Amino acid sequence: MTADEAVGRLADGMTVGIGGWGSRRKPMALVRALLRSGLTDLTVVSNGGPDVGLLVAAGRVRKLVAPFVTLDSIPLEPHFRTARQRGEPELMELDEAIFLWGLTAAARRLPFLPVRAGLGSDVLRINPSLRTVTSPYPDGEELLAAPALDLDVALVHLNRADAHGNAQYLGPDPYYDDLFCEAAHEAYVSCERVVSSAEFAEGGGPQTLLVQRHCVTGVIEAPGGAHFTSCVPDYERDEAFQAAYAKAASDPVAWREFAERFLSGDEDDYRAAVAACRGEGA
Amino acid sequence: MTGGTGASRAEVCAVACAEVWRGSGEILASPLGGAVPVIGARLAKLTFAPELLLTDGEAMLMADVPALGAQARVVEGWLPYRRHLELATGGRRHALLGASQLDRHGNQNISCIGDWKRPERQLIGMRGLPVNTLNHPVSYWIPRHSPRVLVERVDVVCGVGHDRAAAAGPAATRFHRLVRVVTDLAVLDFETPDRTLRVRSLHPGVAPGALRAATGFPLAVPADVPRTRVPTPAELRLIRDVLDPDGLREREVPSS
Repeated sequence: MTADEAVGRLADGMTVGIGGWGSRRKPMALVRALLRSGLTDLTVVSNGGPDVGLLVAAGRVRKLVAPFVTLDSIPLEPHFRTARQRGEPELMELDEAIFLWGLTAAARRLPFLPVRAGLGSDVLRINPSLRTVTSPYPDGEELLAAPALDLDVALVHLNRADAHGNAQYLGPDPYYDDLFCEAAHEAYVSCERVVSSAEFAEGGGPQTLLVQRHCVTGVIEAPGGAHFTSCVPDYERDEAFQAAYAKAASDPVAWREFAERFLSGDEDDYRAAVAACRGEGA
Repeated sequence: MTGGTGASRAEVCAVACAEVWRGSGEILASPLGGAVPVIGARLAKLTFAPELLLTDGEAMLMADVPALGAQARVVEGWLPYRRHLELATGGRRHALLGASQLDRHGNQNISCIGDWKRPERQLIGMRGLPVNTLNHPVSYWIPRHSPRVLVERVDVVCGVGHDRAAAAGPAATRFHRLVRVVTDLAVLDFETPDRTLRVRSLHPGVAPGALRAATGFPLAVPADVPRTRVPTPAELRLIRDVLDPDGLREREVPSS
């Protein structure tokens, strides 16, 4: 299926988990399809990068659940920063461990998992819905009950996938992509290249088969689908493009021009605009 | 240049960072928040703490000790973000982390400046600080010691300080351990009866008054406070020739 078809199955108000990490292996083709779709009122669950910045800037996010938002080589995401300084969107700022345990709980169909995190910090002050739980064993410790982060849908990008929904990562880090898929009712996997299942073995050992088809609703072939974030070993982050993005994002007029140039068309238009931009820089 | 060996301030800081891992044993050293902590961890491994585990900043544990920005040639393990976080909860890690704000109790903030609901300045987010500080030793690196960083009260408690951990109870204090705060002016620790910051050593060339003026809360600087040790000739060679030949440390801590 195409990214637009996948996004066409989603609805306003859904909770959407987005894979990748910061500005690494983000399912940007799917995010760009979300931007085209008009979907709104979303709850986004993400180890945040430009996915969060773009969706927040477009006013699609009612609530964000995240432990951070960063572009990695550019520490602060300018769209996110601007929005937060206006008091938007609603934010559930979690510790990385509460976030991981919450996704794990959702994947295991548990209401929560205990975690030694958050106690003593302002995680509890800024998230008044969080609760603690007392160990039923003789230690009696009072720990944080990380709430399950149940997802309506997960969007992830991997290096390879077959048509059945099995997906392979060839980079050094799986991030939480498998977990996002397992924590979601539906998952859409975009990939650099759709291959036959027999071709997986050429890419790497069986442990590179990160996502299994029983968790996956749809597969989207999207070459360059993580651009401008990294998708190693297929490509590194496009630092020049990211710098241009961040510069434009810091100024409303420049951002309107940037969005018109790169985000007003479909994914083919995006690729053509990026190629033209590279040509200018050469 | 300061001290008898001709070491720069950045080089004194790198050695002070290395010292936080002395005697740590076979644990993961996680230097974040700048070049100087990374130089420190690698220097510790090359000198007095060869048993330390080091990451490449991404998913690999490095068996060798490359220069800043160079790739490891020998990988001895795999530690992607998820496993790294799980390792942290097991306690076998001592991280040297950055701080946008830090108070005398060791509460640390990297979330935002101002009211959390509508901040004056949004920062990166609290990341793993709440879990890190409750589960393994943590130290902080502050490349610009100023009243804006060393504050009376942090706006958002991300890393948990001694007062907040104590108030939160035994589950919070069980593995809570703040070790050092290394800044461009001094080394501080919490080895006081009320576990608030004290000056452990002043870097060579720093006047006590300058340290007090750069701190946003009253800080006692005893007349007999030691000076931070300067690098040995062997350490200087490692810093300059092996670990940071491009001199990134001098950009982080300029020698004025």
